[in-house]
Amino acid sequence: MREILELLERDSSLSHDTIATMLGLPVEEVSARIAEWESSGVIRRYKAVVDWEAVDDAIAREKVVAFIDVSVAPARGVGFDDVALRISRFDEVTSVHLVSGGHDLRCTVVGRDIRAVSDFVSQRLSTIDRVMSTATHFVLKTHKRDGDVFAEPEPDHRLRVTP
Amino acid sequence: MKPLNEVIAACPPSGIRRFFDIAAEMDDVISLGVGEPDFVTPWRIREAGIYALEHGYTTYTSNAGLPALRMLICSDLQQRYSAEYAWDSECLITTGVSEGLDLTLRVLLNPGDEVIIPEPCYVAYEPCVAFAGGTTVRVPTRWEDNFTIDVDVVAAAITPRTKAILIGSPANPTGAVQPREALQALARLAEQHDLYLISDEIYDRLTYNGSHTCLGAIPEARERTVVLGGFSKAQAMTGWRVGWICAPQAIAELCVRVHQYTMLCAPHVSQLAAVEALTSAETDVSEMVADYDRRRRVFVKGLREIGLECPEPDGAFYAFPSIRTSGLDSETFAERLLKEQGVAVVPGNVFGPSGEGHVRCSYATALPQLETALDRMSAFLRGL
Repeated sequence: MREILELLERDSSLSHDTIATMLGLPVEEVSARIAEWESSGVIRRYKAVVDWEAVDDAIAREKVVAFIDVSVAPARGVGFDDVALRISRFDEVTSVHLVSGGHDLRCTVVGRDIRAVSDFVSQRLSTIDRVMSTATHFVLKTHKRDGDVFAEPEPDHRLRVTP
Repeated sequence: MKPLNEVIAACPPSGIRRFFDIAAEMDDVISLGVGEPDFVTPWRIREAGIYALEHGYTTYTSNAGLPALRMLICSDLQQRYSAEYAWDSECLITTGVSEGLDLTLRVLLNPGDEVIIPEPCYVAYEPCVAFAGGTTVRVPTRWEDNFTIDVDVVAAAITPRTKAILIGSPANPTGAVQPREALQALARLAEQHDLYLISDEIYDRLTYNGSHTCLGAIPEARERTVVLGGFSKAQAMTGWRVGWICAPQAIAELCVRVHQYTMLCAPHVSQLAAVEALTSAETDVSEMVADYDRRRRVFVKGLREIGLECPEPDGAFYAFPSIRTSGLDSETFAERLLKEQGVAVVPGNVFGPSGEGHVRCSYATALPQLETALDRMSAFLRGL
């Protein structure tokens, strides 16, 4: 069953039919499982992995990503959870993790330009209660994301017919 | 000018060559004709190769190969198949199974000795026997039996000149995996007639229904068997040219003797990369095997749906469908499929007479390409 999820995680465009054949399972069983996971939230949604830097449209390409490390004063009963959730609710924020190390939360923020991200951090993030400090790291270039290396694919060097 | 070596001059070029030449001229070809993985060597292995170069491991190694690599190979064979080989006296590193096969045949054969080879089989077996001064005696296997070796057919081919039996399992081109019972029967036959067994096990890790039996792990076979293996297929390391021979000491020693004068040693960097492959690339290998298996299921089902009967290939990465319903012989089928639909396959007859009526299709090709190839093959069959 785990294999179905792994296949979808790698290529969500695979048809139920193909998955069933690949794994030697009846297609009904595959469809039923996937439906179950979709409704229970194991499968949250399906999406494409986009390399924005490769998009042939300057405006669409214009996107700034930053990692923000946030220090938070924990509170009795909730720890960091309430602040983490408040931050997570912003559309500009694409990921939030509680981490070990020098800070407490590591967030990813996406904006139109550097100004938009800075404004978001100074006006929205830093002003949340119990947020003690932030450190912003702008992304200069993405080399790999979610298992995908954003480089020219390695060409197939094999001869066309070999023994 | 005086004539060149008559054995080599009489050996025809591989039947695969002609298809390579046609395919090389064409655009938009989907090739199912490739006998190697479509994966590039896993990065951790390549990285170990780079490290080895950076740190100057560019020298010869001992003739038999790096002790660390031989130890790893023998302990892997022990763990995986319960085959027992002493790393320091029964194992040597070769430049791929190709060299291993050549060494073995040269060590085992005297001029005129016969080697029984069940076919369809890998294209190099017969020429290598001839180059070593031997004579090949082919015995057929049938697709109706899933290409299982029939010990009675082999027994009927034995003559006083028979010296050895050479098999490949899992097999190129059929994808057949010899069941344990067939190998045991073969081992008993070899014992009865005092024959050597040569077992090409380069595809050992690529089995999909049940596991591979190492011939060297069968007690009756142990003292008369040469096992050949390597890193080309499961670890996707074809171009590194690194393989091994495991055999009883007397044979292994003579193999090292030929190897020390003709090859000296396998490439040092490749041997170090192979050490990495056996130490830390297990996950990469299982992922590749799982991937082949998925493509295999999709491809074999697709072949059957477009009307080609296909015996279940249990190993390697080849399907060997029957093309008899097309009414064409396998050469014509392959040539027309390539020219009319741009799909390259290898005609079965190049692997021996029992391969006639079949074509070899490699599914070591990306899934979308396999699907397109199936569509084109279907169009080709409808157009006949």
